[in-house]
Amino acid sequence: MIAAFLLQAATSPPQTRIGQPNAMAMVFFFVFIAITLGITYWAARRTRTTEHFYAAGRSISPGQNGFALAGDYMSAASFLGIAGLVSTTGFDGLIYSTGWLVGWPVVLFLIAEPLRNLGKYTFADVVALRLRQAPVRIAAAIGTLATVVFYLIAQMVGAGGLITLMFGLSYETAIVIVGAAMIAYVLFGGMIATTWVQIVKAVLLLGGAFLLAMLVLARFNFNPAALFAAAAERYGDAVLAPGQLVSNPWDAFSLGLALMFGTAGLPHILMRFYTVPDARSARTSVFYATGLIGFFYLLTFILGFGAMVLVGPDAIRAVDRGGNMAAPLLAELLGGTPFLGFIAAVAFATILAVVAGLTLAGASALSHDLWVNVVRHGRASGNEELKVARVATVILGVAAVMFGITFKGQNVAFMVSLAFAIAASANFPALVMAIFWRRFSTAGAVSSMVVGTVGTLLLIWLSPTVQVDILHHTSAWFPLKNPALVTIPLAFLVGIVVSLMTTARESDEHYAQHERRMHMGTAGD
Amino acid sequence: MQNTPGDATAQIRALAAARWRIAITLTIAMVCIYFGFIALIAFNREFLAQRVTRGLSLGILLGALVIVASWLLTWVYVRWANRHYDVALDAIERRPGDRQ
Repeated sequence: MIAAFLLQAATSPPQTRIGQPNAMAMVFFFVFIAITLGITYWAARRTRTTEHFYAAGRSISPGQNGFALAGDYMSAASFLGIAGLVSTTGFDGLIYSTGWLVGWPVVLFLIAEPLRNLGKYTFADVVALRLRQAPVRIAAAIGTLATVVFYLIAQMVGAGGLITLMFGLSYETAIVIVGAAMIAYVLFGGMIATTWVQIVKAVLLLGGAFLLAMLVLARFNFNPAALFAAAAERYGDAVLAPGQLVSNPWDAFSLGLALMFGTAGLPHILMRFYTVPDARSARTSVFYATGLIGFFYLLTFILGFGAMVLVGPDAIRAVDRGGNMAAPLLAELLGGTPFLGFIAAVAFATILAVVAGLTLAGASALSHDLWVNVVRHGRASGNEELKVARVATVILGVAAVMFGITFKGQNVAFMVSLAFAIAASANFPALVMAIFWRRFSTAGAVSSMVVGTVGTLLLIWLSPTVQVDILHHTSAWFPLKNPALVTIPLAFLVGIVVSLMTTARESDEHYAQHERRMHMGTAGD
Repeated sequence: MQNTPGDATAQIRALAAARWRIAITLTIAMVCIYFGFIALIAFNREFLAQRVTRGLSLGILLGALVIVASWLLTWVYVRWANRHYDVALDAIERRPGDRQ
């Protein structure tokens, strides 16, 4: 995403052990795998129905879900990417630290509670509630799968490069290990195992980042301003002010919109609200998640400037051109090889947990939305649905491994912002209109989601991100790097205009019922 | 007071409208805060480059405050929902005339 995960095997300078097999990293890594597989074994014995598989039996507490949401959301790109970007560019990296958080209040205010009350397993449950099932489910599944696949490709390719760089394994081995572990979690343990993998990962990541930040601040009398002052002394006052990253204001607004509203349209995040007992727990869990994620992004301020001052931008770029090794290098400097091993294992756990959450979300779209509600017209048994969900998990897991190997060495950094742009343009507008607007119709929902998905893909293809950065053309037809500034309003507009043009009686009739359920859940039915 | 199903529907509608007002107000507040910050980055770099204290630029301070503002807004909403929305919802749920 941000700073590209660089895939070229970098030559390590002699002073770092990054890139060589690291015994401590291996130990931490195997302990993590052993613990999470143990959790999966425990979860597998509790996963008997679709409600367990997709929604952990709705038994997750708000505090647990807060950690799991944070675990699902904080990817390796946040940890390694932002630390790297701040350490090499200074203030500009912090634009992302704030951007990744501001979507969470929106999730809380507009989405979390109605979603929990109106739906069952996927966000398409809510969009299709008052409308005709088949067309809406198909359109929603397209939006979900597009988001999941692009996010997965970026994570898998990043994982392969990262593990190669940190553990010295081959790229393909790394991808296969990630794929196998992720399939095992989801296939056997479903949402119960996935939730606990997220929780373990969130605790490790927050703990590791906090410890690293404290080690940095210990060198500056626990005064962040002294750290920033040291950065300015060494690398100039410019590192504390906006630089060249935001050269075009419209680009900045467009990316900001994608980050803010994309968060509220990410299928693997939305799915987590079904794992808690009721809407009130959903509300509380977003409150915890916002606290944890915000705390983490504040830590990235310290980690980034800490790496800039203590390791130095040139040493960081020498190990990895994209700067992704800033945090591991900082850990090695301050805590030696054992701490490097720990941070490497944390980064690995981070990736594994995110891809597990994505795979489960994609599998639920394939099985719950497409198979059960379109192919079988809602008449499939629970057992059949569970079987199909597991087959879908294996298909997606194997596809993820193949994507990872196919896209080896490609610049896929833009795919995370593409996933956010699709989530913001295809999933978010349809969800908001379905929840709050009485006249929203089937045709309106379908056209809004299709235009959101196709429009985003088309404009990304025509943007400088693909035309200039990847295809090396001199100019691009569409001026913005991220299309959200155009595609979000467009998806709303299409949804509204088409709904007003079509008869809305179908949905109007159900709206009173819907209204009651939106606030009270199914308890009052 | 009469407790007919129609009554309950009207009460739910009023509650829905109240929640919608709060939700939309807080969302607009979040959008203004974040895009205000982005606008400063895009149009007024010199302003953000100013120092508050030695080492702490206004840009870094405001960036951290955007995160703090996100916390505050979620806290305001959760507090309102716990104190008012849940209570009103419980009251509607408990009305005997409203269950079919």
